[in-house]
Amino acid sequence: MSKAAELAALIGSQTALSNRNLIINGAMQVAQRGTSSTGSSYQTVDRFFYSASNLDNHALTQTQQAVTDLAGFSNSWRITTTTAESAIAADELVYVAQKIEAQNLQQLAYGTSSAKRVTLSFYVKSSIAGTFSTNLYQVDDNRIVNSEYTISSANTWERKEITYAADQTGVIDNDNGSGFYVTWNLALGSNRKGNAASAWETQNTDNWGGAGTYTDAVITTVNATWEITGIQLEVGDVATPFEHRSFGDELARCQRYFFKFDGTIYGLSYANAYTLANIFNPVKMRASPTYAADTNAGSFTLTSTGKDIGYIITTASGVESNGVINLSGDAEL
Amino acid sequence: MNITLAQYYNDISGSQTGIEATIDGIEMSVPLDPANRHYAEIMRQVEAGELTIADAE
Repeated sequence: MSKAAELAALIGSQTALSNRNLIINGAMQVAQRGTSSTGSSYQTVDRFFYSASNLDNHALTQTQQAVTDLAGFSNSWRITTTTAESAIAADELVYVAQKIEAQNLQQLAYGTSSAKRVTLSFYVKSSIAGTFSTNLYQVDDNRIVNSEYTISSANTWERKEITYAADQTGVIDNDNGSGFYVTWNLALGSNRKGNAASAWETQNTDNWGGAGTYTDAVITTVNATWEITGIQLEVGDVATPFEHRSFGDELARCQRYFFKFDGTIYGLSYANAYTLANIFNPVKMRASPTYAADTNAGSFTLTSTGKDIGYIITTASGVESNGVINLSGDAEL
Repeated sequence: MNITLAQYYNDISGSQTGIEATIDGIEMSVPLDPANRHYAEIMRQVEAGELTIADAE
């Protein structure tokens, strides 16, 4: 896209010229938990979630992957099937998603006559070509809208753009709960799909995916890969160029949902009976976080007292030199 | 989430302040906050009869 065309797209997008991307960590820069995992849920790239329901024998590796073949991007989030699912049964479902906090979506004016369309754009590469299902799931009123995209060539980065209809019915609560799931489906059992419309409707178990024919070969093929980066969700029906943000900016946004300290917290003697230290969360978190540590040699109790702070404490004496190593706080949606 | 152990714990004044739980094989300290996803899941499993939270020691 030429610079003139980029400017025209921005002006015509009817959205902000900056801070327009509703997705956090869309360039997959931040991976506080680690860069590789065989687990599901939140494991590697911050804010992105892998969900697999009712699978029998599938195994995977998810990684923050170095990118060298897509100009302007250094990382992606990759799923690699290490043990293939033999077949996708009717009740099986695999998807990856980012959950967006509800109060960050109030500008969409959902549930009113002023509700706005949103446009999703992303770069995707897979060893499997074919048509894949996507959706937006609106949590508060349990509503969903489906779409799809096609990967034309295997092992080649392709940019996709999807505009979703506005929802004048469902209201997104103005709170710190889940507003949207922005979802890419990788396998849909026959009981999980069937919504033929591109309009919003009530989500049931049978319409997580649309009514089309979608490939599930990423899950049923050993060594198959699917990876994504450059994700942007913005108000309007124009996909503008990806809004790159600094690493520090993205890290701070991610830390509202998860942080991991790199180092040791030591306690000090308190009231001649305890060893105690305060925890200051890096930013105000979405909710009071769950604390965990890589090592807790002093058997400290980790206590979260709110969105901002917490403390570690133990009644054991002589543990001032035994700290809490690599403390993490989790307030993910 | 695979929750294999859950026990309330108290602060130094004796007030209940959280739940120590083993979730997906990791020891975690879960606050009593309904907006926390671990606490919400623990309470869902308790209500479903799938999990019991032990009293504080």
